[in-house]
Amino acid sequence: MSILTRRGLIRGAGLAGAGLLLPGCDRLNESEGFRETLRMGERVTMGAQRLLSDRTALAREFDGGDISPVFRSNGTRMPGTPDYAVLLANGFADWRLVVDGMVARPLALSLAQLGAMPVLSQTTRHDCVEGWSAIGRWTGTPLKLVLDAAGVRNTARYLVFHCADLYGAAPYYESIDMVDALHPQTILAWALNGRMLPVGNGAPLRLRVERQLGYKHAKYLMRIEVVDDLRGIYGGKGGLWEDSNDYEWYAGI
Amino acid sequence: MAMDERPLVKRHRWPVRLWHWINAVVVIVMLMSGLMIFNAHGRLYWGQYGANSDRAWLEIGSTGSAGYLRVGAVQVPTTGVLGHWRNGDGVVQRRAFPGWATIPTGYSLSAARRWHLFFAWLLVVPGIAFWLWSFVRGHVRDLTPTRTEMTPRHVWADIRNHARLRFPAGRAALKYNILQKTSYFGVVFLILPLLVLTGLAMSPAMDAAWPWLLDLFGGRQSARSLHFIAMALLAGFIVVHLLMVVLAGPVNEIRSMVTGWFRLPPERADAKAEEVA
Repeated sequence: MSILTRRGLIRGAGLAGAGLLLPGCDRLNESEGFRETLRMGERVTMGAQRLLSDRTALAREFDGGDISPVFRSNGTRMPGTPDYAVLLANGFADWRLVVDGMVARPLALSLAQLGAMPVLSQTTRHDCVEGWSAIGRWTGTPLKLVLDAAGVRNTARYLVFHCADLYGAAPYYESIDMVDALHPQTILAWALNGRMLPVGNGAPLRLRVERQLGYKHAKYLMRIEVVDDLRGIYGGKGGLWEDSNDYEWYAGI
Repeated sequence: MAMDERPLVKRHRWPVRLWHWINAVVVIVMLMSGLMIFNAHGRLYWGQYGANSDRAWLEIGSTGSAGYLRVGAVQVPTTGVLGHWRNGDGVVQRRAFPGWATIPTGYSLSAARRWHLFFAWLLVVPGIAFWLWSFVRGHVRDLTPTRTEMTPRHVWADIRNHARLRFPAGRAALKYNILQKTSYFGVVFLILPLLVLTGLAMSPAMDAAWPWLLDLFGGRQSARSLHFIAMALLAGFIVVHLLMVVLAGPVNEIRSMVTGWFRLPPERADAKAEEVA
């Protein structure tokens, strides 16, 4: 066999390979069985990360000099609903954070009530699933204190965060489990870089869950529902992006 | 006597062959799904943070009517390939990398992440096993350049031999030459670990668990940049590697990586001239 025919063969095989590979991958990508296999990766990753790390391991806190000059606003920049417009118009005086579900004492907390609780400030990095990062100083109420005040039942497993913004007709929501809910850096933030939270960043209140990607940090919080199962809520996958776009529920990576 | 002059000899041990073919699939999937993930934000930064209003050292973007690649202050037009290209239906797309280079073909960050983070396990677990085997069974030594090989004269001679397509023959073909040692050692023990560690440094949970990742790379955005650079080096290696296989005799080379058996080219008459002191 001459070199030339060998080359021809290889090139032919290479082209055929590339020609088969791409549509092949797309076909696999559309196969529910294959997607389900890929989803196993999320569970393995979550298990491995939880195994490797101390459950209370802290996200790095930065110096004031590391703060991003502009903290990018992403996703919803202004919830366009009439209800939100009314709340915004009088400075969220009538806004209440509802805490209900599997709790002994359902709550409806005003910003003033949240502010009267012990306050935590932390300068942390926000990582978007898209790849960019921004550092900001967040001030808010540790979520654990709110949960303690409500008296979460022992059998509770998840917190569902219901938000004021809509994507089309679908309300934004997110959820975390108790490991992240009780983490010392998980706070309900009402201030960014020393000022009340701007609308673009989730006014009046947003979640900070520092060891996960940005889409978990629900903005425009209205209600925290304590549940033992996510399957009955909206699409059942624990978040709007999880339901609509197959994003990972565990966004630690 | 022809058979004796070109004997079949065992060249690659089974862990090398197995890991090679696992990676032939896994690395390509990692590359292509990684390019799709990059498409979600086609800008790279140095430091702890970086977003649209911060200065990017590399950007693949679109002016609306043209695609460009900008590195530092240098901008080159890339219309048709990067930043501005047409998909299979002829519709203009303004993402960084074109559909033929990504998994999946059409834009989907979430699907690309599913692929990337699943196949990452298939890169890391066999990779660690191969590493351990390499150290225990002496494969590291096969890939470590000797003092003589690292002299400029020897390296230069090997570059000249490669450029003239004079590949090692006879017994010399059973050992890695200096350019092979440098590239394989670099890929196995430097670039792949760098890709894995910089990948982990982009994980907010891993940054909390292993804060030294951030110190090692100088921040999450630096880690993302290094991840991209290591990817480009690996892609370059793959191109050269495939080219070398084709030029050195693909049937023999591929057989040796499948079965382990390599048909040894006979010593050249002027073999002495190629020998480097």
